[in-house]
Amino acid sequence: MRIGVFVCQCGTNIASTVDTERVAQEVKKLPDVVYTTTYMYTCSEPGQQEIQRAIEEHNLQGVVVAACSPRMHEPTFRRAVEKAGLNRYMFEMANIREHVSWVSNDREANTKKAIELVRMAVAKLRFNQPLFPSRVAINKRVMVIGGGVAGIQAALDCADAGLDVVLVERRTSIGGKMAQLDKTFPTIDCSSCILGPKMVDVAQKENITLHAYSEIESVSGYVGNFAVRVRKKATYVDWKACTGCGVCMEKCPSRKVPDEFNEGLSFTRAINIPFPQAIPKKATINRSYCIYFTKGKCGICAKVCPAKAIRYDMTDEVVTEEVGAIIVATGYDLFDPSAYGEYGAGQYRDVITGIQYERILSASGPFGGHIKRPSDGREPKDVVFIACVGSRDASVGRPYCSGVCCMYIAKQAILTKDHIPNSRSYVFYMDIRSPAKNYDEFVRRAQEEYGVQYIRGRVGKIYPRGDRLVVQGMDTLLGIQVEVEADLVVLATGIEASRGARELAEKLHISYDQYGFFMENHPKLRPVETNTAGIYLAGVCQGPKDIPASVAQGSAAAAKVLALFARDTIETSPQVASVTERACIACGKCIEVCPYGAIRWKELKGGVRKAEVITTVCQGCGLCNATCPPKAIQLQHATDNQILAEIEELCA
Amino acid sequence: MEEREKTKNNTEMRILGFLCNWCSYGGADTAGVSRLKQPTDLRIIRIPCTGRMDPLFAFKALISGADGVLVSGCHPKDCHYSVGNLYARRRFEVLKDFLPFLGIESDRFHYTWVSASEGQRWQEVVTEFSRRIHELGRNPGFDMNTNLVNSEAR
Repeated sequence: MRIGVFVCQCGTNIASTVDTERVAQEVKKLPDVVYTTTYMYTCSEPGQQEIQRAIEEHNLQGVVVAACSPRMHEPTFRRAVEKAGLNRYMFEMANIREHVSWVSNDREANTKKAIELVRMAVAKLRFNQPLFPSRVAINKRVMVIGGGVAGIQAALDCADAGLDVVLVERRTSIGGKMAQLDKTFPTIDCSSCILGPKMVDVAQKENITLHAYSEIESVSGYVGNFAVRVRKKATYVDWKACTGCGVCMEKCPSRKVPDEFNEGLSFTRAINIPFPQAIPKKATINRSYCIYFTKGKCGICAKVCPAKAIRYDMTDEVVTEEVGAIIVATGYDLFDPSAYGEYGAGQYRDVITGIQYERILSASGPFGGHIKRPSDGREPKDVVFIACVGSRDASVGRPYCSGVCCMYIAKQAILTKDHIPNSRSYVFYMDIRSPAKNYDEFVRRAQEEYGVQYIRGRVGKIYPRGDRLVVQGMDTLLGIQVEVEADLVVLATGIEASRGARELAEKLHISYDQYGFFMENHPKLRPVETNTAGIYLAGVCQGPKDIPASVAQGSAAAAKVLALFARDTIETSPQVASVTERACIACGKCIEVCPYGAIRWKELKGGVRKAEVITTVCQGCGLCNATCPPKAIQLQHATDNQILAEIEELCA
Repeated sequence: MEEREKTKNNTEMRILGFLCNWCSYGGADTAGVSRLKQPTDLRIIRIPCTGRMDPLFAFKALISGADGVLVSGCHPKDCHYSVGNLYARRRFEVLKDFLPFLGIESDRFHYTWVSASEGQRWQEVVTEFSRRIHELGRNPGFDMNTNLVNSEAR
C-alpha cells in the first residue's frame, strides 16, 4: 500500500509543543509510507487541496492525517480524500492535538508520542478496506419532547414545513415555565400574550399530535427510524369528551390542593385545569387529593359534568410513535433554596422564590396581579432581591451562572415600582450579567429610572423583626455591613437540570454533563445536535439560557430535522459487523448479545445455519465481535486485525 | 526497537488506553481542549464501545511488553449502545482475576467510566493510573519458560 502522512501544525496549537517536522521525517522511514509532509492548517481549503494533490501525484492508496481529534475533523478529511478518488475509509487520523500537544508541554515526550500515534495509525491503515454505505428510507415524522417555548417553537416550525409532529409534554398543559411568567425582559412583553397564540397554534395544527400528561417510556431504533413508547398517564377524564367548561372544578369539594402552577401560593381543586390558557384545556383528576380515590365515595364531578367525561376507571395507556428524528426540549427546574439555611426559605413565608414572585405579579396569579405578602396579604413597601441563589456557588454544587437571574430581578424590581409607586427595591448581587441586546440598558433603567438600589455583596442572614424581615449583608464596594428591613424577600433561584433529565438521557442514549444538562455534539459548531444521530436539543435542557436563545434553538433544531428529512433515504454507516460464514460455528452468541436485534439466522442447504447481519439495523458497536468465539464476525473498520496491528506496532 | 530503548532510558512507561468513541474518547478530548496537563505515557486507541474490547487486546498488549492497559467507557446505564459497557464490565472483572495466572499483576489493568463532559475526571484517571504503573515499574512480560502460576494467583 502507498501511504501518505500529513502532519498538521494547527498554527501553533500542535507545532508549539510537538516537533512536527521530526514527526514527518521519522514516519517517512516506515514501510509503505511514500510521502510525508507538514502543513500549517491541514483542514483549510489549501490544506485539503494539498492532500488531494499528493494523492494524485504520489498515487497514494491510503492517507493518515496527524492533527486534531477525529471527533472534530474525521468527516472533513474523509470527504477530502474521497474527492481525490480514494475510498473514504482508506483514511486514518492520529490525534496529536487533544491527546498530545494540549495535555503536555514536554516537547521531546510529545514528539515521541506523536510519532508513535502516527505509527499506530499507519499500522491500522494497512488493514483498512474500502467500505460502501447503504441507504435506508427515512420516516419523516418528528417527535418533540417537552412543550415549553423551545419545544413549541420547534414543533411549530416543523409543522409549518409540512412535517407530522408528535409533541410530548409531561404536565397536563404545554407552555412550560414561560407560561408561568408575568412579563419578559427586556421589553416587558406580557409573557402569556406572546406565548398564548403559539400554544393555540399547536392545538390547531392538524399535523401536530399532542400527548399531554405523558412521559417517554422507552426509545428504540436509530436515525430515520425511531420507535418511541409514550406513557399517557391516566387523567380520569375522557379528553375527547371534555369541553374544558370547568364546572367540575367549581363543584369539586376537595379544595386544599396546592396549586403547582401558582408555585404553591394558592389552592386548586382535585379536578382541575391548570390555568385559563391551558392547551389542551382539559380537566385532570389529581388522585392523591380526590375524595373519590382517597375515601372511595364522592363522584360529584361525574354527576355535574355536562359532557359525561369523567372516567374513574381510566388506566395509563402506552402508545408507540414511529418517528425519524427527535427534538429534546425538556427545559429545567429551579434550585431549592432551602439549601441556604440563612435565607430562611420555607421558614419565613415572606421569603419567596423568583418564580413565585412571577405568579404574584401575574394577573392570573394567586392575588389577581396585586402584589401582596403571602403571610398577611399586606402590600409590601420594601422588597429585597437576592441574586445567585444556587448559581455561581460551588458550595451548593452549582458553580455555573444561570444566566437569566440578573435580568429577571431587574424586571421584577421595575414591575414592583410600577405596581407600588412608593415602594423601594434593593438588589444584593455578586456581578451583573447582562450581555445580550438591550439587556444592559434595561438594568441601567432599573437603577437610574426606577431607583432600584443595587448593593454588591452577599446576604449573610435573614431574620424576623416584628412582621418584617431583616436582611443583613455586606456591601463589598463600600466595605461595610448593611442591614435592610424588608417586607418581602425574593430569592433569585438558579436554573438546574430538569428532574428526570438523566433518566431520559439514558433512554435516548444521549450524554449529559455533571449537572444533568444534555451534551451538545460541539459546544460551538454543533450546538443543537447530540452525539446520537437524529436526536437534537433545544432550550434549557442543554444549559441555562433565556427565552430568545431557547426560541432560536427550537428553530435551529427544527432546521436540522428539515435538513435531515430533505432526502428520502439516509446513508447508513458501513462500519457494521460482517460474518465470515465458513468460520461461523452457529453458536448464536452474537444474536443473544446484539442490543439491536441486528443479527439473525440464515438457513443454508442441509439444515445448516449461519449468523447474518442486517446491515441497516447494525449500529456498529462491535459487541458481537468481542463475543464471537471463533471471531467469525468482525466489525468493519475496527476488526481484530486492525486493533491488534495498532497494539503490536506500539508494543512489539 | 531503537525507539523502545530510548523510552526505557527516559523512564516513560508503555501504557495503552482503549477508549470508547462516545464517552471517554470525548472526555479525553475535553481534557485536551481544557489544556488539563497529563503524564505523557499513555497511547490511546479509539474503539466504538467498551463492548468491542476483546480481553485478548489487553492480553496481547501486556504479554507483548505494555506496562499497563487502561480501558474507559460510558458510565453504566449511559452506554451509547445501551448495554455494551455492562458486558465489558463482566469481561474485565474476569480478566483481572485471570491476569496473575500469566504472571502479570492485575493492577496493570484498570477499567473505569468517564463521560464526554468529564475532562477533569479523565485527567485524574490518567494521572492516577500512570502513577500506579510507574510504581509497579516495568512489566517483565510473559515468558514461556517461567512458571505460569505465580504467587499472587495462588
